[in-house]
Amino acid sequence: MTPQLLLDGVLLGSTIGLASIGLTLTYAILGFGNFAHGELLSWGAYLALPIAGLVSGALVTEPLGALSFGWPLVAAAFIAMALTGALAFALDRILFGRLRRRGGAMTPVIASFGASLALRNFIQFVFGPQPAYYSRDLQIAMPFGPFRVTPDQIVVLAVTAVLVVGVHLLLSRTHLGRAMRATAENPQLAQIAGIDIAGVVRNVWLIGGALAAAAGVLVGVTVQLSPGMGFDLLLPLFAAVILGGIGSVPGAVVGGLVIGLTEAVSGPLVGAEYRTAVAFLVLLVVLIVKPTGLFGGRS
Amino acid sequence: MTAVIETRGLVAGYDPGLPIVRGASIRVGRGELVVVLGPNGAGKSTLIKAIAGLVPIEDGSVLLEGRPITGLPAHRMIGLGVGFVPQTDNVFQTMTVEEQLRLVTASMPRNARRPALEVAFALFPDLARYRTSRNGSLSGGQRQMVAIASALLAEPKVLLLDEPSAGLSPKMMQTVLDKLLDIRGRGVAIVMVEQNVRAALAVADRAYVMVEGVEQHEGTAAELLNDPIVAQLYLGRRGSAA
Repeated sequence: MTPQLLLDGVLLGSTIGLASIGLTLTYAILGFGNFAHGELLSWGAYLALPIAGLVSGALVTEPLGALSFGWPLVAAAFIAMALTGALAFALDRILFGRLRRRGGAMTPVIASFGASLALRNFIQFVFGPQPAYYSRDLQIAMPFGPFRVTPDQIVVLAVTAVLVVGVHLLLSRTHLGRAMRATAENPQLAQIAGIDIAGVVRNVWLIGGALAAAAGVLVGVTVQLSPGMGFDLLLPLFAAVILGGIGSVPGAVVGGLVIGLTEAVSGPLVGAEYRTAVAFLVLLVVLIVKPTGLFGGRS
Repeated sequence: MTAVIETRGLVAGYDPGLPIVRGASIRVGRGELVVVLGPNGAGKSTLIKAIAGLVPIEDGSVLLEGRPITGLPAHRMIGLGVGFVPQTDNVFQTMTVEEQLRLVTASMPRNARRPALEVAFALFPDLARYRTSRNGSLSGGQRQMVAIASALLAEPKVLLLDEPSAGLSPKMMQTVLDKLLDIRGRGVAIVMVEQNVRAALAVADRAYVMVEGVEQHEGTAAELLNDPIVAQLYLGRRGSAA
């Protein structure tokens, strides 16, 4: 095993962890696994593509230092996060919210499959099936201790760390965060404590969608954009959520890192086509030992 | 005298057309501790949950100091002065004592939050020692204190409690009841659903006995203790109380 594999695993795992924060919060608070969550990642990545083009007239388009992108993509990422948060909220208002009130427990889950298909195909219809890129500039990896790392990869790790710490501070230090934790644990008691559940749900969709979009842009920066990029990460996202414990933000991040590292390290040992299977084997072993996940307190 | 909390012909239940409370009318005044008694399934807990906005109301009305609050969402009740303490799952297990109390104070003006917390800790000195402990690590009695303190933080006009003695040791139950007497002494109206009839009537000013969703008997604690029907049905005695 080379140190480089560890770095690759951390890169993949941190992106999975970031994107799974929204999934674990909606899973815990609304009680259903949203299979369309991966598409929010794709939408965020693809929304940033034309927006970067639109804002490039108003901003310096030269790449930032050694990075492959400039200020237009930075601005576009923030706008894409806001728009994807709004998309997630709209999905809940139009689809999931109505089904939660009227249908059974499984109805929103099945509907999320349909929403996933529709969202993915819409991207393919607009942007085509071919991969797209924010930049076609080649980046040279630099030696960094025992690793070789590109400047873009360093930024991806730094941005992910900042966003994860930001979400942690939001949940632990603010009233909104405490209200979200309270609603996830006991919605009825949260209402008794004066918390407007509808407001919490609205914020969970906005924040979850925005974080998925950020993860999508980061994947787009380091890999490429493709209509199936979110769907390809869907199972690892769910694995991270379940491994970390449903509703736990630190759990989702750690779960993502475990999944990412396992995939990266096992690739050379069992072959790239089986590395996801190894990650799920680790998930099964952890759940047998601790059925509520690494950070889950309740079954 | 205007009651602090009053229900008039309240009809409420979880499923439309299948009411559990079927026309209940109760009145509780300022500084009065009223117990709602009755057999299992009589609708006691559903009645106070409906008052608190947690169960849909099909008919009738709920009045707070004469003003209708019927069917308002539960999250608005604490701000209006209606505190509710559920029977089970009444604390957030993953939060510390102080985090749970801060949830309630968040809706107060910024300069009123810290004093409100200190008043709660003064009323429940044990909680001050455990303010950084997670609720999940507390005993049943300590959790009940956290739940009552949470409901009291917003200075409610009426406090609704669903079986506050459930699962508590006799000593801790007495501590909780003594605390409720203290709270009543501050002018708060208290409505308490309780299965432990003797302990409840020992501290209550009045009581209602509910049967099949309607209050069937009403009287002072002493009257009900000496009512042969109530004694036979709910106190396990034949004839009048000894």
